[in-house]
Amino acid sequence: MGLEDIEIPILTTTVEKMVQWARRSSLWPVTFGLACCAIEMMAMSASRYDIARFGAEVFRGSPRQSDLMIIAGRLSRKMAPALRRVYDQMPDPKWVISMGACASIGGVFDNYAIVQGVHQVVPIDVYVPGCPPRPESLIYAVVQLQKKIAGQGFERDR
Amino acid sequence: MTADDIVEALKGAIADLQVEIAPAFDQPTLLLVREQIVAACAALRDLPALRFALLSDVTAVDWWPAEPRFQVVYHLASLEHAQRLRLEVGLRGEDAHIPTMTTLWAGANWPEREVFDLFGIVFDGHPDLRRVLMPEDWEGYPLRKDYPVQIKLPVKIFEPLQMTTEQFRKNIEDDRRARERDAGGVKT
Repeated sequence: MGLEDIEIPILTTTVEKMVQWARRSSLWPVTFGLACCAIEMMAMSASRYDIARFGAEVFRGSPRQSDLMIIAGRLSRKMAPALRRVYDQMPDPKWVISMGACASIGGVFDNYAIVQGVHQVVPIDVYVPGCPPRPESLIYAVVQLQKKIAGQGFERDR
Repeated sequence: MTADDIVEALKGAIADLQVEIAPAFDQPTLLLVREQIVAACAALRDLPALRFALLSDVTAVDWWPAEPRFQVVYHLASLEHAQRLRLEVGLRGEDAHIPTMTTLWAGANWPEREVFDLFGIVFDGHPDLRRVLMPEDWEGYPLRKDYPVQIKLPVKIFEPLQMTTEQFRKNIEDDRRARERDAGGVKT
């Protein structure tokens, strides 16, 4: 790399950039698979697509240890309070990806039982189109989210 | 076992049985009346020639705007004779209630709750007739034909704990006592 040629091994940056770099480089998603999209989400985290390359592979069963929620699938009205509670239990800063047509706008389930867009329940950072989206789409969404985090200052935490 | 065999065996047990054999291509189907359904099911379950000991499902059909509007459908199975049977009971829309089957099969509990939840058919004598699929405070019965499918409602995003403060405190207290007991057990 040629790093040994550098005379003084020091980089200068701002605390904000440093912290946001750390945050975006190790997103920990909470396990929130709701339907068939969850299968693609699992495929994304498994070896073939390998989200570990982007530092978001540590799926947590506890919202207390997570900072990313991937809403993978259609959200029923009965599930909405549970989703909100899990979101509220996640520590700040936190981000949400709405995965697939059903989570984003209700998809084919235009009926009484399904929430027509999870933005009614939690704030969404990135929407992923598709039914279901391929793992590449979701990886692209994670990368987009990382770009978004890089542009945020940490004083703007929700 | 054909539908005629089943009707004949049933009539031996219940003399004034009102029964009609419905056309069906897959399994025998009998149309019964509400007043006799419990007695008929008891006979179907217990007669040695029949032994329909398994109630595999309870469901319903809404024929709105026709009358009788509802049809409650029971699926029975006889493990002994390797035979299946479908029973249908018509109910008028303004009079949608039927005796519960939980007195014969404990397993009828949740299927009947589901029918109540989605069709609003009341099962008389049911031990715990609450909604099972829809949220508890839901209004209306979604699988009725006159229910709006694309209903637009505000999404409920908060639900209080489903226990009282006293129950919550008692749980914590019980837990603490159990821990203390376990810790004491380790020491001695």
